[in-house]
Amino acid sequence: MMEIGLNHYLVLSTILFSIGLIGVMRRKNLLLLFFATEILLNSVNIAFAAISHYYGDLTGQMFAFFVIAIAASEVAVGLGLLIVWHKRHGSIDLDSLATMKG
Amino acid sequence: MFEAIAFYLFAFLTTLMFFITVTTSQALYALTALAAGMIFISAFFFILGADFLGAIQIVVYSGAVMALYAFGMMFFDTTRAVKEKNGNKYIVAGMSIVAAILVVIIFAAPMVSDNITALYPMTEGVGNTQDVGMVLFTKYLIPFELAAVMLLVAMIAGIVLAGKKMDLSLTLYSTAEIKDMKIDQDKKVLS
Repeated sequence: MMEIGLNHYLVLSTILFSIGLIGVMRRKNLLLLFFATEILLNSVNIAFAAISHYYGDLTGQMFAFFVIAIAASEVAVGLGLLIVWHKRHGSIDLDSLATMKG
Repeated sequence: MFEAIAFYLFAFLTTLMFFITVTTSQALYALTALAAGMIFISAFFFILGADFLGAIQIVVYSGAVMALYAFGMMFFDTTRAVKEKNGNKYIVAGMSIVAAILVVIIFAAPMVSDNITALYPMTEGVGNTQDVGMVLFTKYLIPFELAAVMLLVAMIAGIVLAGKKMDLSLTLYSTAEIKDMKIDQDKKVLS
């Protein structure tokens, strides 16, 4: 109990991942869907860092860096698209995205 | 002992913050809770000895990404409460549990076979940042450059998408002009 092992971190990562999944499933607002996506990416990063530490291998940390880089560019492009959508339709709910008429 | 205390404290705080993020109906509360959760997550990286990753987590997530969200939220109407999907609760709960079990299996699979060998082992007597630099600029140089190009593409995409019609300010026009603009916009959307 007092000795923190790899399983503790993996369980924590899984808990955070399921919180993010619940967020993805119950949200309708696209901005809050993005927040839930960030939670998913962060929980995976914890698992990567923990495995990297307990196996003495740097590969996990490298992957965490690239996950962070991908998350940053995803946010930049996604927010740009979201702003364009909000200017055109006045809402960022998923319901208004149901049809993809150009 | 202290590691255990720190782990449980930050695990509780992170879970709480992310729980607030996915359950609150105010977008601003969600943003603030998410930023706090990101900072608490960086504590895990410091506990695990990944100092550079922890610093990057604070700089990129709490600094850049959260600032981007905060600026982006100025474009949206975030004052009203967010509507939520009210789907079948049992389906949502069941799918969450299945997905969580799947993640555990994914992580447990290589440990059961117990054949993980360190591809790039940590060097003794070298700080984490130096170690990361040595591996990143030798073994992972091409992914690193590709990530740089990807960030450049994302930056240009952000400027092109969000910067359109920035010079048109809704506060400087009269109501009639805004109505005309709305009609024009609707025509453009429908055509």
